Amino acid sequence: MTLWTTVLLASGLAFALKLLGYVVPHQLLDGVVVSRVTAMLPVALLSALVVVQTFTSPGAGLTVDARAAGLAVAVTALLLRAPFLVVVILAAATAATLRALGWG
Amino acid sequence: MPAPRLADQRRKEVLRQCLSVGVATGAYGISFGALSVAAGLNLWQTMALSALLFSGASQFAVVGIIAAGGAGAAAVATSSLLGARNGIYGLQMSRLLRVRGLWRVPAAQLTIDESTAVAIAQPEPAAQRLGFWGTGLSVYVLWNLSTILGSVVGNALGDPRQYGLDAAAPAAFCALLWPRLRSGDARAVAAVAAVIALVVAPHAPAGIPVLAAALAAIVAGLLPSRESRALDDLTDPGTSPDEEAPA
Repeated sequence: MTLWTTVLLASGLAFALKLLGYVVPHQLLDGVVVSRVTAMLPVALLSALVVVQTFTSPGAGLTVDARAAGLAVAVTALLLRAPFLVVVILAAATAATLRALGWG
Repeated sequence: MPAPRLADQRRKEVLRQCLSVGVATGAYGISFGALSVAAGLNLWQTMALSALLFSGASQFAVVGIIAAGGAGAAAVATSSLLGARNGIYGLQMSRLLRVRGLWRVPAAQLTIDESTAVAIAQPEPAAQRLGFWGTGLSVYVLWNLSTILGSVVGNALGDPRQYGLDAAAPAAFCALLWPRLRSGDARAVAAVAAVIALVVAPHAPAGIPVLAAALAAIVAGLLPSRESRALDDLTDPGTSPDEEAPA
């Protein structure tokens, strides 16, 4: 497979996957149970994404490092009703500081 | 559009969120562009990935596998496993956006973690749509520009981890999910999904842990709700009857 083939094939498949959700007829999705499921799907997937981005490293299984500290600070800030940008900046600053100090 | 217009204050709030998510991902685009060129892709191939594939996790997987000398087929397979979740987001985004015909093409292309997260963080349908399109476009533009920058000048900013950007991403998604977690059902779904992902992650290829977490949403949808007003919470405002009128 040439590099161009890889690039275009991966791109084509990615777009086909994205389009999939938009070509399912709305009538199929408007039932009570199905609409409860589809409303919850982004919540489930994004929650999973948060833990995967925080606690996994390629080829290393589960890890607890500076990212976990960043997330803990973010959750604390959210509990204290901090605004979005403050939450994100605090998390990044926490992880960056810990790494500068040589941890995680 | 039948939806009421957003107050200026809310509009600004949502747009600020869209832009800040775009800027944060843009910083990663520089690192992507640099890694891609280092992996042996040329400038055009690197730009094609950001413009056409446009899904960060998949793009990093493709150049990572190529850099490690892996087969093209493995790169395509991993990219698709990671991209499959965008199709699942599309099921709900299609309902919120109510796009028809050719508008489904840009909507699908912009359906990624970031645009979905900003959309579902908003309580009112007009803000959900603004959040989706605003985030999708700001990430698209900044991601593509920073990809070019990174592939031409190299990793000018250094390792994004040095700035804690790898902690900023999950913190941002957590903050965007936060307003939804006021509902007990959504809290349960988020908690079970997180556990599923953690249990599956050490044993499955990239992409699978997040997909497996969909099970939490499916089970929650099938079980009777624990909350009397759960239907209002679970079904986004976009599906209320007054929103069914054609756009």
